[in-house]
Amino acid sequence: MTFIIKNLPILIVITPLMFSLIVAVLSNNRLAWILSTFASFLTMIFSILLCFELSNNSNISYYLGNWPPPLGIEYVIDKVSIIPIIIVSVIGFIATLYAHNFFILEIDRNLVSKTYSLWLLTIAGLMGLITTADAFNLFVFLEISSLSAVALVALGSKMDRKALIAGYNYLILGAVGATFYVIGVGLLYGVTGTLNMSDLAQKIPALGLNKSVIVAFTFMMLGIMVKAAVFPLHIWLPNAYAYAPSPVSVLLAATATKVSIYILVRISYTIFGPSYEIYTFESLRYVLLYLAILAMFAGTIMAIFEKDVKKLLAHSSVAQIGYIVLGISLATSPGIASGFIHLINHALIKAGLFMSVVAMGYYTLKRIDVNSITGLGRQVPITFFAFVICALSLAGLPLTVGFISKLYLIKAAFMSEGIWLPFLILVSSALSLIYIWKLIEGLWYNKTNSKSEKIKELPEIYIPLLIISFLNIYFGIDADLIIDNSFIASDALISGIK
Amino acid sequence: MIDQIFGVWNYWIVFILMMIGLYIVISKKSLLKKIVGLALFQTSVFLLYITFGKIAGGTAPILTDNVNEIYSNPLPHVLILTAIVVGVATTALGLALTVRINKAYGSINENEISASDLVEYHKKYHEVKK
Amino acid sequence: MANEFYIYLSILTPLIAFFITPLLSSNPNLRDSLGPIGGIITFYSSLNIASLYLNGEILSYTFFQINETLSISFKITGLGVIFGLVASGLWILASIYTIGYMRGNKEKNQTRFFTFYSIAIFAAICIAYSGNLLTLFIFYEILTFSTYPLVAHKQNNAAKQAGRIYMGILVGTSIVFLLPAIIIVWVLTGSLDFAPNGVLKGNISNEYVPFLLALFAFGIGKAALMPFHKWLPAAMVAPTPVSALLHAVAVVKAGVFSMLVVITYVFGIDFLTETSGAVWLIWVSSITLLISSCIALTKDDLKARLAYSTISQLSYIVLGGAIATNIAVQGAAIHIVMHAVGKITLFFAAGSIYVATHLSKISDLNGMGKSMPLTFIAFFIGSLSIIGVPPMGGSWSKFYLMLGSVEKDYLLVIYILAISTLLNVYYLLEIPAKAFFQPKRTNIQVTKHPLIVYPTFFAAMLTIVLFIYIEPLKHITNLISGNQ
Repeated sequence: MTFIIKNLPILIVITPLMFSLIVAVLSNNRLAWILSTFASFLTMIFSILLCFELSNNSNISYYLGNWPPPLGIEYVIDKVSIIPIIIVSVIGFIATLYAHNFFILEIDRNLVSKTYSLWLLTIAGLMGLITTADAFNLFVFLEISSLSAVALVALGSKMDRKALIAGYNYLILGAVGATFYVIGVGLLYGVTGTLNMSDLAQKIPALGLNKSVIVAFTFMMLGIMVKAAVFPLHIWLPNAYAYAPSPVSVLLAATATKVSIYILVRISYTIFGPSYEIYTFESLRYVLLYLAILAMFAGTIMAIFEKDVKKLLAHSSVAQIGYIVLGISLATSPGIASGFIHLINHALIKAGLFMSVVAMGYYTLKRIDVNSITGLGRQVPITFFAFVICALSLAGLPLTVGFISKLYLIKAAFMSEGIWLPFLILVSSALSLIYIWKLIEGLWYNKTNSKSEKIKELPEIYIPLLIISFLNIYFGIDADLIIDNSFIASDALISGIK
Repeated sequence: MIDQIFGVWNYWIVFILMMIGLYIVISKKSLLKKIVGLALFQTSVFLLYITFGKIAGGTAPILTDNVNEIYSNPLPHVLILTAIVVGVATTALGLALTVRINKAYGSINENEISASDLVEYHKKYHEVKK
Repeated sequence: MANEFYIYLSILTPLIAFFITPLLSSNPNLRDSLGPIGGIITFYSSLNIASLYLNGEILSYTFFQINETLSISFKITGLGVIFGLVASGLWILASIYTIGYMRGNKEKNQTRFFTFYSIAIFAAICIAYSGNLLTLFIFYEILTFSTYPLVAHKQNNAAKQAGRIYMGILVGTSIVFLLPAIIIVWVLTGSLDFAPNGVLKGNISNEYVPFLLALFAFGIGKAALMPFHKWLPAAMVAPTPVSALLHAVAVVKAGVFSMLVVITYVFGIDFLTETSGAVWLIWVSSITLLISSCIALTKDDLKARLAYSTISQLSYIVLGGAIATNIAVQGAAIHIVMHAVGKITLFFAAGSIYVATHLSKISDLNGMGKSMPLTFIAFFIGSLSIIGVPPMGGSWSKFYLMLGSVEKDYLLVIYILAISTLLNVYYLLEIPAKAFFQPKRTNIQVTKHPLIVYPTFFAAMLTIVLFIYIEPLKHITNLISGNQ
């Protein structure tokens, strides 16, 4: 047991990685699913154990292969990284549990076990991204997660060949982004001679005003902004989410961009936090702020005019990423905390929405668009119920998690920027009601011409869905846990800024 | 001035390669050429790292009896070894996707692919109308 | 502990009804009896809460502490007692009436209807007893969303359009104006709790007071201040019991109730007087009052006319708050009760006419008085109460409002009230006049349902009763504005 406890930081990465190798050689699809579920369950357990470990100490540092940093690779779990770890592992588990029916339907039978292998690889990559404290190791995980995600997206080609194009674009843009990141890391290594994040953070301020560092910062930020789909670098996202196999949409929408945003935070506050004032990043953060505002409106407006529901949700994700980045770009403790709150909450909301929409697609064997959902609510009441809860949560109805995010985001925005920023946020969230309402209304109203019989809903599909909807409400009422941890994380980050 | 241009010629090569690669990725319509561009782009970054690590007159970092031996920094080389592997994986995946796209669409030209999607969309639209 | 029990009882009863109703869909009689029973229990506990409040006991109950400054909590205030009594008392009447209406009209999806009906009442009661702005906001939004299925009950295109206007305005204003207003109060004062004399004094510089009040006034779209009033006429596509209970009592009264709560317990009357931050609101509400009365004149559809009449009557209440004296607020609070009873009478009558004859145009009602005497007499009495003629309850509130404006020397306001009363006379009394004195045009089949006619008549009688037994009401309203 102590062995496990000691090695927890690596176990959360290595478990899905190892299982992905095992799963790849299996020919039995069901067994592959069971093993993947087991792997993601183990990962979740390890993450939760980490949580308990973390309550005793402020951070857990792990030296890979016992090589001490700065030469060796260090894994760090602290109060900040535990948030995305929990998101990825919990959502990952629920999504894996949920995935099987869809994979069987949407992917060639002989490819299903390989799909699970890629699936676990994605989770492993995301976990590695979060835990590593080595800037170059981060690049490797960035590529592991995005290459496997690209392959997963492209697997949607059985249902729609556009998935191939979506995967291709994701690959090209993702690779360019990752290469940008690596250029930045290279430049930083050139001037500091280290790759360890905390080491970098210490050494950069000593350099004074250095052009290489500014260029490095810009490259790294740009690269990660592509991955995080910050407007206007989001163009790969809508198609990738829309045409991927259903469970992949759920997993990616809930976790992939969140992790990238977490890296964005890491770069700007952990690595460059101590040199914040030397380089007057104060003015640079306004770039992020304005991009976030544009994202809020662009994503929402695109969603309003979108007909395909999965794509609509993807556009809405772009807008929601805008909210998160907005909170982070405020560079105040409440601001970053509100970003984290929404990071968590949006993962719950989007996971629920995508799960319910793809479930409707599964039941009706049709691509879900605004016209084909008419009157579907009556045929699939449980799914509809879950959808409504998550949709209202997205709109920010009180007693849901969306409301808590909005409350704190607006408070933070009001405190640091005055009334204009909250006003913009609220206008965009009022606009988002239009597309949410379009969907709810469409589902609720009767089909005018034909009477269709009730569809039998499957428990293995609606139980995970109901869990997610329940969490949407539970954390909307008992929000203390999320709020507190977000504030702890943001205080830890902000304390680095000098 | 001359020194600034030719003294750091290795950085210029990196820069030129990088721009050519990025330009190909952005401008070319052929999906295959994009991948070539991407590979070029990545290679330029490899060169950037190697340039950092290389010390003029340095040898390979192998432990010898001579304590004062000048040797190149091994770390960037190792890093790039990893990056090359990643780059190969990216290229391989890109090529595999291109093959599949060619199968599905009968073309690897971006314009033709979007045209073919448009045709498909209209067909479906008319079917729904009927 | 024992006394707090009444808070649970009044809140939980409609909630339980909400959960049980869908289970009883196979047994309509049992299902429908839940409404009156629930109403009686809730009304009983509201009465007890009222009497405890009069004895000076301040009940409060924290349901959930989100963090140090945020909580979902309930606290009994003077205004809350009044609104709670109105909502629960009229629920009894309305639920009996609803049974008659839904059966008489053979509406579909009755179970869903009753389910959302109870949740709407639940939200209204929670608003009445809410102890801070967060709780108020939460249940305000729940009320909006839970009434949507009621408004769009018919699920046809007209209902869809109306539903969009309804949700668009109510949710839109609450998100864009009300939420930032609440957050501003939160940032400024560090808490969202209500206090008898307001919490803002000393926390906000005077020139921002009108601005913040504007965010509240327009954010509370349910108060139907122009230009955010369109949702109320749109909501008239709903079955009449919904219009009656929700759009004469629960929803709109929740709006004006929230306005009064904000004015008295967040801003504080004295603070508003000091800073004259509410003067603009007097004019906005006066204009709303006059314009909507004029629009009411032009409407031939009975329910549309009543809707515009409601908008104008709501502005009386907002006006009372905006004048910001104790007497005017007292008048506004009394008007919540009086208008609720009066307007529900009128809506009941309108629904009763619709069920009996399927007529909804005023011009078609000529001579109907002889076929439906009780209904039209009730309509007549209700109209008189709205107009403010003694011995109907409505006269008290107008009296207090006028006293308030005299106290502050707002003479123009008195003229406006007078003009609007004249308009009231014209557009309301036209209907019974036509019904009784015009010749009957065609032979129209009249099918009466006893469960509809008697609640209507009873509601009309209630306006007279309230005129006589005004004392307790005066007593409670006296305690509202910090006279404790």
